[in-house]
Amino acid sequence: MMDKAELEARLSAYVGTTTGPPVAAPDAVNEAMIRHWCEALGDRLPVYTDADTARQSVHGGIVAPPTMLQAWILRGFSMASPSDEDKDAQVEVGRLLAAAGYPSVVATNCEQEYLRYLRPGDRIFAETVFEAISGQKATALGTGYFIDTRTTFRDERGESVGWMTFRILRFKPNQVPQAASPAPSTSQKPRRLRPPLGHDNRWWWEGIEAGEIRIQRCKRCATLRHPPRPMCGTCQSIEWDWIVSQGAGSVYSHVVMHHPPVPGYDLPLCVALIELDEGTRLVANVIGCPPSQVRIGMRVQARIEPADDELRLPFFYPAAT
Amino acid sequence: MNVQPLQDAAAIVGIGQTEFSKNSGRSELQLAAEAVRAALADAGIEPKEVDGLTTFTMDTNDEIEVARSVGIGDLTFFARTPYGGGAAIGVILHAAMAVASGVANCVVVYRAFNERSGRRYSTGVSEPLVTADAIHWSWYMPFGLLTPASWVAMYSQRYMHEYGCTGRDLAQVAVSTRKHAVHNPNAFFYGRALTVEEHQASRWIAEPLRLFDCCQESDGGCAQVIVPARRARAMKAKGALIRGVAQAAGRDQENMTSFYRPSISYLPEMDLVAKQTYAMAGLAPPDIGAAILYDAFTPVVLWQLESWGFCSRGEAKDFVRDGNLELGGALPCNTHGGQLSEAYIHGMNGVNEGVRLIRGTSVNQPKKNEHVLVTAGVGVPTSGMILGQL
Repeated sequence: MMDKAELEARLSAYVGTTTGPPVAAPDAVNEAMIRHWCEALGDRLPVYTDADTARQSVHGGIVAPPTMLQAWILRGFSMASPSDEDKDAQVEVGRLLAAAGYPSVVATNCEQEYLRYLRPGDRIFAETVFEAISGQKATALGTGYFIDTRTTFRDERGESVGWMTFRILRFKPNQVPQAASPAPSTSQKPRRLRPPLGHDNRWWWEGIEAGEIRIQRCKRCATLRHPPRPMCGTCQSIEWDWIVSQGAGSVYSHVVMHHPPVPGYDLPLCVALIELDEGTRLVANVIGCPPSQVRIGMRVQARIEPADDELRLPFFYPAAT
Repeated sequence: MNVQPLQDAAAIVGIGQTEFSKNSGRSELQLAAEAVRAALADAGIEPKEVDGLTTFTMDTNDEIEVARSVGIGDLTFFARTPYGGGAAIGVILHAAMAVASGVANCVVVYRAFNERSGRRYSTGVSEPLVTADAIHWSWYMPFGLLTPASWVAMYSQRYMHEYGCTGRDLAQVAVSTRKHAVHNPNAFFYGRALTVEEHQASRWIAEPLRLFDCCQESDGGCAQVIVPARRARAMKAKGALIRGVAQAAGRDQENMTSFYRPSISYLPEMDLVAKQTYAMAGLAPPDIGAAILYDAFTPVVLWQLESWGFCSRGEAKDFVRDGNLELGGALPCNTHGGQLSEAYIHGMNGVNEGVRLIRGTSVNQPKKNEHVLVTAGVGVPTSGMILGQL
């Protein structure tokens, strides 16, 4: 198999070249195809199908829906099995990439501009140029190359009637989990991350288990502190106990989490910095109202509730007024 | 008389970097080695002349591994700086101290990671923790405050509430920065402009922060070569003189979650870095011609403008409205496109741009470049420096 540098050199040689000679539409713009298109898409605009209405419109006669632009030059079923005689360089590029290990394709972007309405009898010709071929890109689908083409549509007088840019990704699909691998248990809902426990915080989480929001207090100078620390920053005492908060406070600041998703957390999720009436702050979720209704200064009241079958957390609810 | 032994004592004489990408396709060690090699080549210094190496504690590339890879010989100085992106100028401080004190004669600073294709920082602390500050994160993990964006968003909401700053003000930071990236071929957003409307239409990440308030995760490496100023003056490569440099942690500081201070609407640690740096350099805000302000997220630029005295507390939103961060504005800022639009290399791509500004070689070169400010990460103990003409 050719190496990356050789592949990319061969790909870059295509940039700026045409994909082949101009393609002539097999049929002139015609009312039958316009009618089929409008039926298929449910487009009932009369200027496309009703000759009388169209004659009295600004168009003075039937016109084709602008979005049919590409339809006039599509080759139908023969596209599905390009033959070796096919001179379309897009097919060559596809084969080159498939041989280099990028067998899959997906269309990612398309833009069109319509310069005038097409009318029955117009004959359309299309010429396509490779505008750009990207370097190797890692995407959610897999690693591959983006190929940008630009097609110019002209009438029989050679005047441009519209253009289209099209981007495809030719890629090596990411490995998907094997069907044979054991399916993850669906019986257990993902759970929130557990707080790492150690000497300096275990007693606080034991308080939550006991239904208390504890606030560490210095035994010597009575300074309250949260999050807890092993020594008082005010008087350097290592003697401490705690008080139990009433759980009443107000929202000092808040965040609504939208991204990225993390198993165990239902998004959007309001995470707030609560200023307890005792004077310390702590981070916890505000629930009981939509996240969009949480405001700075809002009064809240804590309840200690299960987050799952094992973990209890303080949750703050809008305070009853 | 205030003695400042580090003032004008050292200079950055070489900068190097790899390409910035979403998938480097090689090891972090290789990225580090390539960045160091490039910086040495820029300085015109042989690897065997290097006797000091320093990086972030978060970097996975051991000094001795980098030394072996690049062919650097004996080392007489190595050190690490903690606290994520807050280390970006801390490493420069350590290198400057080493060469100013004679502990080393030539120190290379480096930072390299596969932060997009490898371990992504947006996973925050949702992965199993192995660090000593696990207890610290216990106060946030069960509640879903897991990511850098979420921690910055908590300060942002309060700041915006107190000063009437809006999402459109944040957009000004993103848009001005993007204007610079449009001209920078190394930038992820080269050739791709951004409008306020596009910013406002982008999806929420951690409200009040939207997608375009956040930098992009990146693979890449950067390095700088630091030597004594007297040696730099004799060298062919144009050096950037380190006029002032400092690092600081503030009172009641936490790693990204200093939510328990009387006010969370400013950065006490960055105020302290600014005070120290200005004092060392003997300079003041009007002396600064251009700035590289660490911009992992848009609001942190506003807070730094206030910390460094370019506007008063709470007035950064007005300062950024009038195009002041763009070329021709009062303070051309993040001329490489910043971490928002060039790449996020933990602030070290900003150090390289700071040197380019002094040399006059930025793709968006402002006229006034006598002094250039470069800062490090926000929300953590941090650092900053003022570069000047050698």
